[in-house]
Amino acid sequence: MAFLRPTTWPEALAAKAELPGAVPIQGGTDVMVEINFDVRRPEALLDLTRVAELARWSETGGRLRVGAGVPYSRVIGELGDRLPGLAQASRTVGSPQIRNRGTVGGNLGAASPAGDSHPPLLAGGAVIEVESAARGVRMIPAEEFYLGVKRSALEPDELIRAFHAEPATGPQYFSKVGTRNAMVIAVCSFALALHPAERRVGTGIGSAAPTPLRARAAEEFLAAELDWAAGLAPAGLAPGVLARFGELVSEAAAPIDDVRGTAGYRRHALAVMARRTLTWAWNDYRKAREQCA
Amino acid sequence: MRLNFTVNGRAETVDDVWEGESLLYVLRERAGLPGSKNACEQGECGSCTVYLDGVPVCACLVAAGQAEGREVRTVEGLADGDRLDPIQQAFVDAGAVQCGFCTPGLLVQAHDLIERVPRPSDPEIREALAGNLCRCTGYEKILDAVRLAAERKAGAR
Ligand SMILES: Cc1cc2nc3c(=O)[nH]c(=O)nc-3n(C[C@H](O)[C@H](O)[C@H](O)COP(=O)(O)OP(=O)(O)OC[C@H]3O[C@@H](n4cnc5c(N)ncnc54)[C@H](O)[C@@H]3O)c2cc1C
Ligand code: FES
Ligand code: FES
Repeated sequence: MAFLRPTTWPEALAAKAELPGAVPIQGGTDVMVEINFDVRRPEALLDLTRVAELARWSETGGRLRVGAGVPYSRVIGELGDRLPGLAQASRTVGSPQIRNRGTVGGNLGAASPAGDSHPPLLAGGAVIEVESAARGVRMIPAEEFYLGVKRSALEPDELIRAFHAEPATGPQYFSKVGTRNAMVIAVCSFALALHPAERRVGTGIGSAAPTPLRARAAEEFLAAELDWAAGLAPAGLAPGVLARFGELVSEAAAPIDDVRGTAGYRRHALAVMARRTLTWAWNDYRKAREQCA
Repeated sequence: MRLNFTVNGRAETVDDVWEGESLLYVLRERAGLPGSKNACEQGECGSCTVYLDGVPVCACLVAAGQAEGREVRTVEGLADGDRLDPIQQAFVDAGAVQCGFCTPGLLVQAHDLIERVPRPSDPEIREALAGNLCRCTGYEKILDAVRLAAERKAGAR
């Protein structure tokens, strides 16, 4: 096995082009488990932790660009105000030690349907920046990134460089069902983002289909039903709206029975999480409006 | 491959490291530092917790080569010679050690907590230790020990 240590992004891309079988490693919280248990014996490990720019984030022209190597602990500490949905999801990942190492880039690379960053990335309309030496940069909307169970749109010669997202302009929430509070892989999860400027709603469902996915019908239903009324204190949510939103989210999923839960339980839990996160988000939105009015 | 890193303040060079090896294996089997324990090799138990450039991580999930040129501090590096660190003394005094297998990881993780948060609340302690499993003590004495160490450290400041 070779151990490759590029220190710049062009070097990393060149190494990946030369040896597409090289497995990128950042926090190692997925990769090392596989190596320790002999599930994987790659011809090479491509260590990206020396490429300093991957661990940086920046904000320009009202858009955030977050390097693939920024660990969860820093998403929580440094981006909690701008990306509250992703920060909430990050707080539920593993344990403090895992959050100190694990990265959103690694979560994307693994593309597990249970990965906790995916629902908030979907709800927030994030775009993934990937690059190869041969074909340059591709900007892939999160929604088009996930192709199947642990399969993504990433080509063998490509690396994930960053994700781009707008800082939150409205409330964002993440909710996850698991057997305990820490160190738990999601039975299912849900993220909601309100985008008041565009009167749009974003959603993301985790661990309830072969890929993380949006609940489009639920988003459209809610965007039309909500009383966004600028300048006025909006009304509360009608119970019918909450219930229907929950149903539409639950219908968008394609869950299976597995060791962590049954399909029926997942559908039920999704509807509950959808109603809950909507209630929280709408209360925040109304409060913010009342303060402006 | 050859690996150069600093461990507990001492420069260390180890040879014949396999590229897929973990930092934990290097520490235990090549650097003569068996304090960090290997219980799960999958990040679940926290018994291998060490500082990597000042940040607590599971050494079992760090590829050895990723530690090149970096600074590692293990449980062996907490005490000042024969004088135990306050967190170690508190574990002894509070009876927070039974079989001791989880202890090295808990010590490093708790050490980090009270360095960052001198007076942690109970929820903060529980959250900080959520990735460290102990199969013996039932955690109560461990929580006692962390509170005790925090008090003593704050008192000494
Ligand atoms: C104990 C434990 C608990 C966990 N709990 C959770 C949890 O609650 N929620 C959750 O979502 N996950 C969890 N995980 C899984 C893991 O921590 C996450 O998926 C994490 O985001 C992986 O990030 P990493 O940087 O460690 O990735 P790595 O292990 O370094 O890499 C993961 C994958 O991405 C690829 N990759 C990494 N960087 C790049 C890049 N820049 N370009 C292209 N490909 C890349 C790697 O080749 C690999 O396939 C847990 C893992 C452990 C060990
Ligand atoms: S041995 Fe590393 S976490 Fe268990
Ligand atoms: S004292 Fe035995 S595992 Fe904690």
